Amino acid sequence: MTAPLVVLGSGLAGYTLAREFRKLDPTTPLVVVSRDEAGFYSKPMLSNALAGKKSPASLVMKPAATMATDLNATVLARSSVAAIDTAARRITLDDGQGLAYRDLVLALGADPIRLPLPGDAADRVLSVNDIDDYARFAQRLDGVQRACILGAGLIGCEFANDLLHRGVAPTVLDLADRPLARLLPAAASLRLRERLAAAGVAFRFGVAVARVDGEPGGGLRLQLSDGSALQTDLLLSAIGLRPRTDLAAAAGLQVERGIVVDRHLATSAPHVHALGDCAQVEGHCLPYVLPLMQQARALAASLAGRPTPLSYPAMPVIVKTPACPTVVCPPPGDAVGDWQISQDETGLEARFVAPDGRLLGFALMGSATPRKQALATQVPALF
Amino acid sequence: MNIYECAICGFRYDEAAGLPEDGIAPGTRWQDIPDDWLCPDCGVGKSDFDMVLVA
Repeated sequence: MTAPLVVLGSGLAGYTLAREFRKLDPTTPLVVVSRDEAGFYSKPMLSNALAGKKSPASLVMKPAATMATDLNATVLARSSVAAIDTAARRITLDDGQGLAYRDLVLALGADPIRLPLPGDAADRVLSVNDIDDYARFAQRLDGVQRACILGAGLIGCEFANDLLHRGVAPTVLDLADRPLARLLPAAASLRLRERLAAAGVAFRFGVAVARVDGEPGGGLRLQLSDGSALQTDLLLSAIGLRPRTDLAAAAGLQVERGIVVDRHLATSAPHVHALGDCAQVEGHCLPYVLPLMQQARALAASLAGRPTPLSYPAMPVIVKTPACPTVVCPPPGDAVGDWQISQDETGLEARFVAPDGRLLGFALMGSATPRKQALATQVPALF
Repeated sequence: MNIYECAICGFRYDEAAGLPEDGIAPGTRWQDIPDDWLCPDCGVGKSDFDMVLVA
């Protein structure tokens, strides 16, 4: 019997890869290793779960045992990996158990970036990056009336919008001067800010948190970089993600911002692949669902015996802020061109146009969002 | 006419509205959408997840 395909990680990337592989290969043994309970859930749903009145339990679509049966796989929950031996093709778990692999897939995800903060309540800063984090966050919401969110990026704005559904007044803080500054043109940022503000979200731009202290009575007192103070009941940090590369680096794999993989999702070691938020694919780190689905399908085919290079068409990113529905397909960082904006009361269309007239990126809001497929086909593929 | 929600990303398919930009006419029932259809927001396949009936 062949050694198994071993997948490290039971998030959307790990389980999607496992499922796509099983569709093509019904017989090769399959093992999924997870450091949590390995229930199948979708991280994109965590930032609109309050609006949907979903409890942490209901967010888990299938428990590990069901996944194991459905996938005809062994699911090792509550298991952390201590090391990878790429020459011997073997992983070692924290409990000392060894596991040989035919091929290894790293679907380890990313860690929320956490800034070290002075103050006696710095350990009460929450971040929500998985189902267990979400359960802690949901539990802390009882009695919360005011929340502060660090980071006016995609996740911060989605959580701010979602907290409104629990009657919480969020204040979003960011050093930048507008929300989603890295993804959206200024006019779209402004519209998002206005719509979220009208719905009840307060923003403070150009500031960072300098310290966090507890208050008698259970609240938090934030001191900001401009010298002002803010009182709040809950502090959520959403300032970015850092791909989990330590295990790969310790095993001698090439890592940069993420685990370096090529168009076959292959790392620098034979029989070791990576996908999802931990992977840097041909230089791109795209922690979104559309790239993940493309990766999983291509890698599954390769692992099932049909080498399939990944292609990255233009893949719009959905921003789940119901106060201002938004879709963005950002132009490449080095793209030359100008934003052309048209908007009215119902929607906004922003096109990033090259000097030769080609469409290199776009952002759509409100009534314009259904145009995303038509525009995406005009934007050049990443590769 | 029902509304279904993608369990992976929350995309909502409203049978009454269809998805004209995807070539799916208004009034198309969920079961009549082709099996190779992918969720327009997250790319997951029709057969791969539960489209949850929400309305």
